[in-house]
Formats: sequence, structure tokens, C-alpha cells
Amino acid sequence: MSATGIGASVRRKEDLRFLTGRGNYTDDINRPGQTHAYILRSPHAHAKIERLDISSAQAAPGVIAIFTGKDMAADALGGLPCGWQIHSRDGSPMKEPAHPPLVIDRVRHVGDQIAVVIAETLGQAKDAAELIEVDYAPLPAIAHPGKALASAAPQVWDEAPGNLCYDWVIGDEAEVDAAIKGAHHVTRIELTNNRLIPNAMEPRAAVGEYDRSTGDYTLYTTSQNPHVIRLLMGAFVLHIPEHRLRVVAPDVGGGFGSKIYHYAEEAIVTWASAKVNRPIKWTAERSESFITDAHGRDHVTTAHLAMDKDGKFLAFKVETIANMGAYLSTFAPCVPTYLYATLLAGVYTTPKVFANVKAVFTHTVPVDAYRGAGRPEATYLIERIVSQAAREMGLDQAELRRRNFIKREQFPYQTPVALVYDSGDPGGCMEKALKLADYSGFEARRKEAAARGKYRGIGFSTYVEACGIAPSAVVGSLGARAGLYECGQVRVHPTGSVTVFTGTHSHGQGHETTFAQLVSDKLGIPIENVDVVHGDTAKVPFGMGTYGSRSLAVGGVAIDRAMDKVIAKAKKIAAHLLEAAEADIVFENGEFSVAGTDRKKAFGEISLAAYVPHNYPITELEPGLEETAFFDPLNFSYPGGAHLCEVEIDPDTGVTQVINFTAVDDFGRVINPMIVEGQVHGGVAQGIGQALLEACVYDEEGQLITGSFMDYTMPRADNLVSFTLDTHNVPAPDNPLGVKGCGEVGAIGSPPAVINAVIDALSPLGITDISMPATPPKVWQAIRSARPPLAAE
Amino acid sequence: MYNFEYNRPASLDDALKALSSGDEVKLMAGGMTLIPTLKQRLAQPSKLVDLSGVAELKGITVEGNAVVIGAMTTHATVAASAEVAAKIPALTKLAHGIGDPQVRNRGTLGGSISNNDPAADYPAALMALGATVTTNKRQLAADDFFAGMFTTALEEDEIVLKVSFPIPEKAAYAKFAQPASRYALVGVFVAKTAGGARVAVTGAGEDGVFRVAAFEDALSKNFSAAALDGIAIPAEGLNSDIHGAADYRAHLIGVMAKRALQAAG
Amino acid sequence: MTISVSMTVNGKTVSGDVEGRTLLVQFLREQLHLTGTHVGCDTSQCGACVVHVDGQSVKSCTILAAQANGTEVVTIEGLADGATLHPMQEAFREHHGLQCGFCTPGMLATGYDIVRRLPDADEARIRRELSGNICRCTGYHNIVKAIKAGAEKMSAA
Repeated sequence: MSATGIGASVRRKEDLRFLTGRGNYTDDINRPGQTHAYILRSPHAHAKIERLDISSAQAAPGVIAIFTGKDMAADALGGLPCGWQIHSRDGSPMKEPAHPPLVIDRVRHVGDQIAVVIAETLGQAKDAAELIEVDYAPLPAIAHPGKALASAAPQVWDEAPGNLCYDWVIGDEAEVDAAIKGAHHVTRIELTNNRLIPNAMEPRAAVGEYDRSTGDYTLYTTSQNPHVIRLLMGAFVLHIPEHRLRVVAPDVGGGFGSKIYHYAEEAIVTWASAKVNRPIKWTAERSESFITDAHGRDHVTTAHLAMDKDGKFLAFKVETIANMGAYLSTFAPCVPTYLYATLLAGVYTTPKVFANVKAVFTHTVPVDAYRGAGRPEATYLIERIVSQAAREMGLDQAELRRRNFIKREQFPYQTPVALVYDSGDPGGCMEKALKLADYSGFEARRKEAAARGKYRGIGFSTYVEACGIAPSAVVGSLGARAGLYECGQVRVHPTGSVTVFTGTHSHGQGHETTFAQLVSDKLGIPIENVDVVHGDTAKVPFGMGTYGSRSLAVGGVAIDRAMDKVIAKAKKIAAHLLEAAEADIVFENGEFSVAGTDRKKAFGEISLAAYVPHNYPITELEPGLEETAFFDPLNFSYPGGAHLCEVEIDPDTGVTQVINFTAVDDFGRVINPMIVEGQVHGGVAQGIGQALLEACVYDEEGQLITGSFMDYTMPRADNLVSFTLDTHNVPAPDNPLGVKGCGEVGAIGSPPAVINAVIDALSPLGITDISMPATPPKVWQAIRSARPPLAAE
Repeated sequence: MYNFEYNRPASLDDALKALSSGDEVKLMAGGMTLIPTLKQRLAQPSKLVDLSGVAELKGITVEGNAVVIGAMTTHATVAASAEVAAKIPALTKLAHGIGDPQVRNRGTLGGSISNNDPAADYPAALMALGATVTTNKRQLAADDFFAGMFTTALEEDEIVLKVSFPIPEKAAYAKFAQPASRYALVGVFVAKTAGGARVAVTGAGEDGVFRVAAFEDALSKNFSAAALDGIAIPAEGLNSDIHGAADYRAHLIGVMAKRALQAAG
Repeated sequence: MTISVSMTVNGKTVSGDVEGRTLLVQFLREQLHLTGTHVGCDTSQCGACVVHVDGQSVKSCTILAAQANGTEVVTIEGLADGATLHPMQEAFREHHGLQCGFCTPGMLATGYDIVRRLPDADEARIRRELSGNICRCTGYHNIVKAIKAGAEKMSAA
């Protein structure tokens, strides 16, 4: 392994600009003549707009224009599209209400867009927005998914009776019911997967610009997938063809899913920039992010796990209600279905699985994919019920899992819920984690903690997830309205340096380094001579972007395939220059040589010949050395692993402290271990956040109670510990590079480990359930209910 | 933020003149609460009078049996003060636990108590230590200064100059932070003073900081955590929100009081 | 109704006209085009905007530009010595203490400040001192490691 090749912890190429303040984020961009937009939003969860009067605001200082939903409707613009269609069990398509960028006469969540004020300064735009007069007739609202289906619940959409978006099933219910009926033991669980707010540190922003000389539009935006935004906004909302619309996603400060979707503000500033004939910038304030960025999770689930007398799983039945919010966000419908229910076999040989998912509308911000998307919900459910089953069966947590694991030699493994896991070794991951975490010494640590008055617990999570989101044919058959391949372009310059264009997008993942390693390793050129370009539809041929841990597993392979083409062409050139047969040319360490001789040409000599084709096989070969590849894999990528969490609980306050967190994960082949570890750190922190700290809370009227960092508890440094990480890598046979995704596993694997640890700590009190987040008052209340205070206390 | 006129007087006299120069004139100390409030457009002053240039409002001295701290002294300065650490280490700890390092570099004692946020830390110290607030017009006992949530006895044209903290025999502050904002969900300051034990609670009360007579009676007889065994705090009058219902806060008052007593030794 | 302000930013004297309501971060980003300092929230919690004012770490979103009149301000753009990274910047690079880079200006400013005040801070203390800086990418694991390493580099320098 070279110092910069595959497997090396190469320090990141992108860091220099971020460390010196030279990053270029959307809000850092200022265009000549730029104006500023402020969006007037609904303070009500549900209301009819009876009157909207912008006349005094229009006269305010600095105001250039004010637009409302009627102006957009007059231009016959489309609504924000949904990219995935789910069908209900009766065959009917999901309910898909219109989602205009600016509402016309009814608001359906706090934060819904009503009007945009465009002014010379942001201060003036905000001052003017206060002068817009809106008469609202407030209507009853519903926020909680568990209550949305009730017959008396307020209705979000007339076209979706009972607030039902779809009623979807997978598996054979009768078979599963029969297995449950005949089982030795059935464990039942009811749980909530708490609603979360992604909170990437960079608030969303968008700058729209219209070029009146060409009629072209440019949108700079905080996006994980600029080509997808171009497609959705151009084709469905603004009706601008691709060649007239450029979307640039420059440096983006974190996404975690929330920056996948096409948002109203992008369409508004792009459309309005032509109306006012000046560039328009909009940047969210954090309080705006809370009420407009798509939220995550928000499931309510009941499940049954049937076992035989040895604890062997026989069948798993799941019934889930999933909150969609007020409108369908870009990928929302697929999250609680194909990203969730297809994973319900987990790492176990459960032969029969059935799931029913009812998606509901509520008067809340749309819910869509957030780091892990569906898979954290599945993993949390499985690992909670398996841990509960072990307690009910009187079996050790590790032992029950061992009895049910899919064994390494059983891969590829066809699950009862559609997926074929290509590889893995759940048992190997767990055994390694047990050693690392000193599981055998745990009972002694529990006793020692008890002597200090603390409850100590250890929690398990053994998981697999499906990522590397593609194959297009599969997702298409499941309702996706787009393909999910990836594009890579490798441009070899005359002197042998290389620019790589990728359709994925890095917003923290370090693609500029990882992809450069791939290229440096394969082409045998110094990593300094490789640059990676992403995030600009005018530069990159095409792409589907970054989410679902797909960048390396799909995008990396596309680059690899483009390099194959480059090498194949270069071999032809080398054969010509070396006067040898193409079949005799060997490419190694950046040199083309004739097999069995010392005749060779350096990579740079070949590239120069390609661009200065004086001595060149010009009748058979075009000049130049640049190749493009699209890659559409045949299967998902299946990372997995074992997470063990150890906590201590202070019974006086209910505070849970994470003491140790151990993760042993399977990433297949690792390109840059430093970057991969960093991805796990961040994911685990978000998972611990979900388990112990983070809760998005709406009140009964649909008002967001946790609308700022003053009330929404973000994990901070002192909430966490340093993590203990290791890998147990099984190369992925279904991936040409042997790689698996790594971006989401931390958030997928960790929450059940944490909650299982909390329950384990409290189990001596007979406590069997704590909901996420396990906040101090909740834990204290559980302890108090289990152990009533003495009269004197 | 609405716009306003900014004014930074260099003396107390000039500050007082500026304060009376019109309607809607607002004083700014460290600005750690005021600026976020302005950003949310929850206040619309015509003029802001920034007190940071008034040198006579800064500084820490030991005067007789009291530590006297100027209103514009920052939390970081109090936390780093050798005099405070030697005389009232509980105050060092309290100042060190306010907000975060950046807030402590700007936020001030005078700003904190004049705002009287019901979850601020300093009000508990003033009440428990029996501090005296000196303004440009008068001296006020802490018990008379705080007048309910975000309300004090200060008049329109009144500026806090300094606070005099009598040095207690023993004292300690224990805070249970609201996990998101890091303000006090419950903060309990206990002090053994010449006049008996004093206990003040911040964060929990619907009307802001308050003293706990039942604890003070018990501790005046026996200043130890054990003395509080069996004394329950009623939940009535305490805050309830997503971070803790009133009964939880009531319980935490006892827990934090005991922890403070253990720390006080 | 504007105010003329003048201050030293990263060693250079700068001046400009601001409104009373102009925040220091707005002055830096919009008038001086020093966009390395970021705004990540509106409640003074996240710390992406931390800069040094007269040697103290300060949230530049919670101080008016007018209040910084006459002060010496150092932003992320002023930390390196020409092409040579500051030891704290170098430590963040070496230990992968940043991912998306958005919180990084504040983390560097706070990290540098921690080491200056508490050169021997242990992990627990570093974590407490970071309470005013939020990162969503790294789980803080490598930030803490970088600050510890930065402390060693700074004391060796």
C-alpha cells in the first residue's frame, strides 16, 4: 500500500480551504446587483387565508417586489414534485396532494410559505414583511401520527380521507399470523421512533440568477444533489429545460438527508430572479430551518416476534404508522416502506416477516429521509424486540443473537422481505465487539457502579443495512420516478494530471480525497495531480448525488469504470508508440510496458501523445484522453456490525451517562480508514443524540415547541465520550470495488444499543421500556414509578 | 433586528443622561440576552446605551466582610478572580458555569440580575448570600430587588452599579442544566451566613428566584445534607415544560440542595 | 443613521459605516468579505461565528459591530502565518477534526482559546470548554483529539 493509495489514511485535500476560511458556501456567494429575499411564513399549523394584502409592504423602503402564490399560479408553475410513488395494498396509488411553492389560500403547517419579499437589503425585506396583512381563520390541527387516523382527527387534505396517504404491505400476513399463533413464545412491543430535526450546521440558502442576454438561469443552492434539483425544479416546477438551467451546489455544510430535497425557496428565487431581473439571495435563519427543513423518523409501531422453545425466531409481524407531515417531500413515501420494511429481517434467519405501513398526513413540516432513513427505524425496532425477547426467554443477549444470526457461510442470503444480502458476518462482528467491550467483565462493573449508587447497563445492537442506493431497475419497480445510477468522468490532461468529475456531492464526506486516492492508486500518479470536481451541473455530465451511503459504492465505481476506459485507450496509444501488440501492453505503477521487455512509456508520455498526436494511430483512435462511465449496480451494499453501549444512570436525577461506546463494523474494502472512522463517529453521535437528547415536539395545536437550539437538544462535546471503533471487514462480492457504504451506519446501529443499555441498567427495577429520547425526567419518572418513594423521602 | 441608535458613554453621568434622553431607551450590559432578543424582534428600542465604556462599573474588591463586584464585571472575570475564589469559592463555581466560555467573556453580573431571567444563575447567589445591590439611586437587599420573572425593583432611570456579597461561612451552588439551552433547570445556592442558613432556588419557580424557608430552618440548626432528609418541596408554583414537569423540578431542588451542601463541606 | 467604525482585523486596520443594528459577523462577512466566519444559528448557541476580540473568544453574532469599534479582531482568515498553518489548524488537519467545515472557524477559535487559557486541559475539560460550539458531523471525537494535539504543538512551538 502506498502512502496515498487505497487503504491509507490520507489527510484530506479539502481541509486547507476550510481551515483557512476560504471555503465557498452558498451564503458566501454574492452576485453583482444581488437583492435579498425574505419569506413570510404561517404562524398557524392550519388556517384559511381570508385576506392577504401586500400593498403597504410594497411601498416600504427598499422593496423591489413582493410575490404571492397567485403570482406563481398566474405563471402556470408546477408544484414541488414527489419522486417516489407507493401503492396501497388495494392497488391504488398513494394520495399526492399539490405542493405549490407559495400557498394560495390555506396553510398546513407552521412555516408554510405565503409570500416572498424582495428588497435591496435583508433588513428592508424583513421590515416590509411585517407590513403584509394576513387575515387567518385558524382551523383545528393534528400533529401526532398516532392520532391522525382517528375518525375525529382534523383533516389535512380533502383528497386524503382519514389523513391516509397510503396503506402498504409486504409479506404474507396469514402465514405470519399462523406462525405467531403456533409459537412457543411471542414477544410484543409498542414503540415510537422519535421525530428528529436534522440540523446540518449550515442553514439552507439559495441564490437565483437570470441572464437576460441568454435567457439562462443559475441557482446556487445548499444541495446534496444539484442534478436532481435541476431535474425536479426545471421539469416539474419552473418548466426550464436542462440546457437553460445551471444548478451549483458549492461547499455545503452538512446535509444528513435534509439537503436532498427540492425546496420551495429554490424555485422561488430562481423564478423571481427573472421577474425582477436581478440576482436574489435567500438564507434561512436557524429558526426558519426548524420549521422548513424536512424532519426525520416519526413512526409509531406495534410488533410481534414469535419464537420456538430454543428462542429461534419463527415470524415477525410489524404494524407502523409513519408521519409524512403536511406535504410529500421528495423521497418521503419510500422511507417507511422500501427503506424500512425490507430490512425487517435484520441479521437474523427469521423465515417469515410481514409489515403493514400506514403513512399519514399531519399539520407538521414534511418528514423525509434523515441519516439512515428507514433503516434506523427498522434496526431500532428489531434490536429492541430481540433484546426484550432475550429477557423474556431468560437468555443472555449475546446467546439469543448467536442462535438466530445468519452465518457467514449462508451469504448470499435471501431474506423473506425482498433483499439479497451479498455478504456479512454478524457473529464475527459481535464476538469482536464483546471482546473489545470486555463483556465478560460487565457484571463486575455493574456491581461496582451499584456500590457508588449508580445503575449500570450494557446494550446490544447487531445490525445490517442496505445502502449504496441504486439499482435503478429495482428502485423503479418499487416506485422510484428516477434512476439511481451514478456518473464519473475522468479527464486526463496533456501533461498527465487528472480532473475527475463526479455526480455525487461531498458535504463533509471527503470525496475530494477518497476519489483522488482511487485515481492515484489505479493510474499510478501522485495524488497531488488529481482534482475532484463535483456540485455543478455545468461541469459534471450528470449525477444523482449523495445520500443513502452511495457515493463510493456507486459513484466510486463509475469513476473506476471511466479509468478502465482511459487505460484501455492509453494501452492502444502505448502499443503504437512502443511498436508492440496491444495485448502485450501491461499497465503497472503508472507505466505502460511491453510484457517481458524493458520497453516502457510513462503515463504522462501517453497523455501527451493523446493531445499532441504527431505519432499516433489516428486512423483507429481519436485524439484526447477523457472518458465517462455510468454505473448502475446490480445490488445494494450491505454494511453491518455490532454496537455495544455501556451507560450509568444517576437515580437521583435520571441522568444517563454514556460510559463506553464500542462499534465493530463491516465496510468491505476501506479506501481511507481515517475518513471512514470519522463517518462512524458522526453517525454514532447522531444516534446517541436520538436515543438520549433529541426530540422534536409539537403541541396539540401543531405549534413546534422545540423551535431552536434553546429547546432542541443538540449533542455537545460534553454529552459524548470518545468512541471505541474497530472493523470486521468482509469484502462485498456484489460491488466491483468490494466496498460498502459507511455514512449512515453510526446512526442506524447506535440508538437501540443506547436504549437497550438504559433498559438493562433499570431492569433490576422491573423496567422493560423507555422511549427515546431517554431524558432525565423520563428516566427519573420510570424509576420512581418502579420504586415508589418511601413516605419519608 | 429593528434599527436603533447606538450610544457608548464613557462615564456614569453620560450613561444616565443618555438613558433619560428619550422614550424606549434601553441599557445594554454584555448583550448576551438583549442581542438575541433584538434579533427576534421582540424589542424595539430607539436607542441602545452600551455600558461597556463606563470604567467605574467594572472591578472586584474585598471591602470588609464582603466581596464587591461591579455591575459590568464579566462572568469570566469573576470566575478567574483570586479574591472571589479565596472568599466565596461558590461564586467562582457559579460564574464558571454560566452559559459557555464565549458568553462568560461578554456577559455581566449587572446584566444578568437586571434582566432577571428566571433560569439565570446569579439571582440565586444574591438571594442566598443576602447580597446588596447598589444603584445610582439607592441600595436594595436582594430579597427586595428581584420581583418576579424578568422583573426587578429597578426604575426606568436606574442603573445597577455594583453588588456587595457578604462573605459566608460556607456556601455552594449546584446546578442542573436544561440540556439544550444550558440555563438552570434547577439551581440551588446554599449559604451558611452569620444570620443563619439561606437557600435560594433559580430555574424552577414560576416567579423566578425564591428562597426555601423549610430548608433554611432545618439547615440553621444543622448545616448538612442529612438535615434535609424528609423535607419535601411542593410542586405548586414551579415551572413545567418539556424539559421537566413541576414534580421533577421539585424533586431536583432537594437533590441539588443536598449536592450543594456536600460541596460546601 | 450610520456609525463609523474602525478596528484592526487580522492585523489590518479597517473601517466602515454600519447601522446600529449591524452585528460584528455581518460587518466581517458582508462589508469586509471575510466569509470564513459563519452563522449557524440565531440564538447564540452554535459557535460557528466565534472570533477573537481583544484576545477573547466571542460570538460575533452576539456583539454589535459598533461594540467592536477600536478593538483588535482575529478571524479564521488571520490564524495562519502566511502559508504556514497555525499549529491548531495543522492539528485539525492531521486528526480529521473537521468534515463539512462549517463549524470549523468557531472550533479553531475556541480550540486556540482553550489551549491559551488551559494548556494542560484533559479530555473532560476540553469537552466542557466546547459547550458553546456545536458540530453535527464529527461527534467531537476528532475535534477533542485535535485540540489536545494542538495544545502539544503550541507548547512545543
